Amino acid sequence: MRQAAEGQEQDTSKPVTSIGRRWGMVVDLDRCTGCQACVVACHAENNIALNLEDVVLQQRAMNWIRIERYWEGEYPNVKARFLPMFCQHCNNAPCEPVCPVYATYHNREGLNVQVYNRCIGTRYCANNCPYHARFFNFWERDLEEEQREYLNPNVTVRTKGIMEKCTFCVQRIRKSEWERRHADEELQDGDVAPACVQACPTDTLVFGNLEDENSRVAKLAENKRHYRVLENLGTDTNVIYLKKVDPHASETAPAHAGAAANSGRNSA
Amino acid sequence: MHERPRLTPIQINRDLMRSVLETPLVFYVLLLILMGLVGLGVVAATLLVTYGLGVTGLNHPVFWGFFIINFVFWVGISHAGTMISAILRLTAAEWRRPVVRAAEVMTVFSLLTAALFVVLHTGRPWRTLYWAFPYDFVRGIWPDVRSPLVWDPSAIFTYLTGSILFVYAALIPDLALARDKTTGWRRSLYGVLCLGWRGNARQWKLLNATGLLLSALILPVFVSVHSIVSWDFGMSLVPGWHVHIFAPYFVVGAVLSGVAAVIALMAVMRSLFRLHDYIRPEHFDMIGRLLIVVALAWAYFYFIDVVFALLSKEEAEYEVMKLRLSPPYLYLFLLMITCNVFLPVPIWMFRRFRRNIGIMLITSLVVNIGMWLERFLIIVPTLQRRHPDAFAWGDYSASLVEISLVIFSFANVGLLLLLFSKIFPVIPIWEEKEGHIWKREFRIGKLRLPAIVRE
Repeated sequence: MRQAAEGQEQDTSKPVTSIGRRWGMVVDLDRCTGCQACVVACHAENNIALNLEDVVLQQRAMNWIRIERYWEGEYPNVKARFLPMFCQHCNNAPCEPVCPVYATYHNREGLNVQVYNRCIGTRYCANNCPYHARFFNFWERDLEEEQREYLNPNVTVRTKGIMEKCTFCVQRIRKSEWERRHADEELQDGDVAPACVQACPTDTLVFGNLEDENSRVAKLAENKRHYRVLENLGTDTNVIYLKKVDPHASETAPAHAGAAANSGRNSA
Repeated sequence: MHERPRLTPIQINRDLMRSVLETPLVFYVLLLILMGLVGLGVVAATLLVTYGLGVTGLNHPVFWGFFIINFVFWVGISHAGTMISAILRLTAAEWRRPVVRAAEVMTVFSLLTAALFVVLHTGRPWRTLYWAFPYDFVRGIWPDVRSPLVWDPSAIFTYLTGSILFVYAALIPDLALARDKTTGWRRSLYGVLCLGWRGNARQWKLLNATGLLLSALILPVFVSVHSIVSWDFGMSLVPGWHVHIFAPYFVVGAVLSGVAAVIALMAVMRSLFRLHDYIRPEHFDMIGRLLIVVALAWAYFYFIDVVFALLSKEEAEYEVMKLRLSPPYLYLFLLMITCNVFLPVPIWMFRRFRRNIGIMLITSLVVNIGMWLERFLIIVPTLQRRHPDAFAWGDYSASLVEISLVIFSFANVGLLLLLFSKIFPVIPIWEEKEGHIWKREFRIGKLRLPAIVRE
């Protein structure tokens, strides 16, 4: 992580993390099977509106985390590549400076925070997000009484006209913080797991504090396979992807999937 | 100016006050039609506010659509007012006199309409207004001045304030005239509005100074407003929007659509209020010449935009431009470039066509269709293809609500202009008379040479 940042000479734009905490995620693409458990977990945890058929057909489906699927190769040697995509919590976020009312801003923990109450719905942030990680509530949610039963009480139900996106399950971060604070202890590595991380059966997603050099996520982030999606835009994301290990790489065409975001551009 | 017929001040008064003092049948017909269309817009807006932005065609990749297109379009139209009055006033172009007020008033009304679309665009107007008026400083959350969406309203409200002052200052002597010509409540209304104008030398001097001062002050605003509107796009990270030439390109485009709209307005006024002696073919001739330059400048910028995207080898921008230049957008592109340059410019080249009011009306409407399409082509295809590797590519088709609101915007400006023409003289009577006073004829041998004499 550090090395990557030095390579880009972006140290001046590092966020103020006065409390020594910068939440980040490592996504090991070599482990991802595209099972979508993270997607389901995220929907359940964060009270995301159900993507019913008509909403999907309107191209207004909401997935705070989604599995991008890329096909590679010619039949019969076809491979599917998966790329879990969600808010990258950029240190240099394109969505933040365009909001006229500070509805989205960077907090001290490196999180890109969305304040629902401030959002007036200009949708500029969503236009400016290169990862398409922001979702707009085009409709008011029509929840029946029994449907309210399965809502997570720790997460706001958004009204129409509001932008929303992955929060790194900030409610879980706060809960762990409180639990540790009551026990008079420091927050430990591995205390916090967003719903997607918890649900991931293959340990693809690893969450933690990137500022803490001993954390699992910081160590993984220095893996030589690391890269960030659309790195050339200078968004300086807090989500690091580990490239898929391809044993036949030398025999086939250049690596695809998310890696194309970087390599494809440079070779073009 | 050269073809100005000899008219006495009494005749001028009678002709130009006619629209205020008499109400022909066609006025009521127009009023009904426009109010019907505005009513349609009110219904659409009610649906929008009730059910949310779901009733539009906007979707996940294409977050901005007809509302923003319409917003940019009407801000563009508003440029005509200052273009015509401020620049022509400062350069003492005589032919400006009959058209300045209509152009300025159109500026005000189209700016108001544009501002309305920003509010509609957010889908929850009360939220926008709640944040903006009054701004909630108490909680210490200030507007983020890094956001172009803060610059944008600042620029527009500056421009709106300036334009209203501009219109009003030039209206004062005519309001005094209207006060003298009317009775009853209208007399009282004009009496209040004309601020005690008696037409003495000091007042005239002040008025002239105000006109010049406001012209000079509003010119920078005129350039900055559409530059800042273009920065809504230029300052973003979206390939196809993040383009360095957007500011001058948008300003030139705005002048093109705005001046064309003034032509349409002049043609309609001329027949509606029988102003044949005041809005004459020579005026269309002059504006036609101006439009040739503006249209060609616009074409140059558009060419640069396309060429840079295609030749820069920037994959993302190339992808966007490729979409803009392939069907179905190719047809829109061809229609746009035909409407804006290939059709009107050759027509405007001929003096005979420039002096034909029917042809000028049609070409000006065609240019505005083209300019609307231009904004569409900048906004919608670009959002469909943000970044080639990623992620959600999509389509956009406007819903009936959006289409109704676009129709509403045109009807709204029309209705406001119609009502304005009923309440205030649409041609500045005092400026017209001033032009007559300064007009002289010189004789050189047998030739009678018309000229304008200033102090």
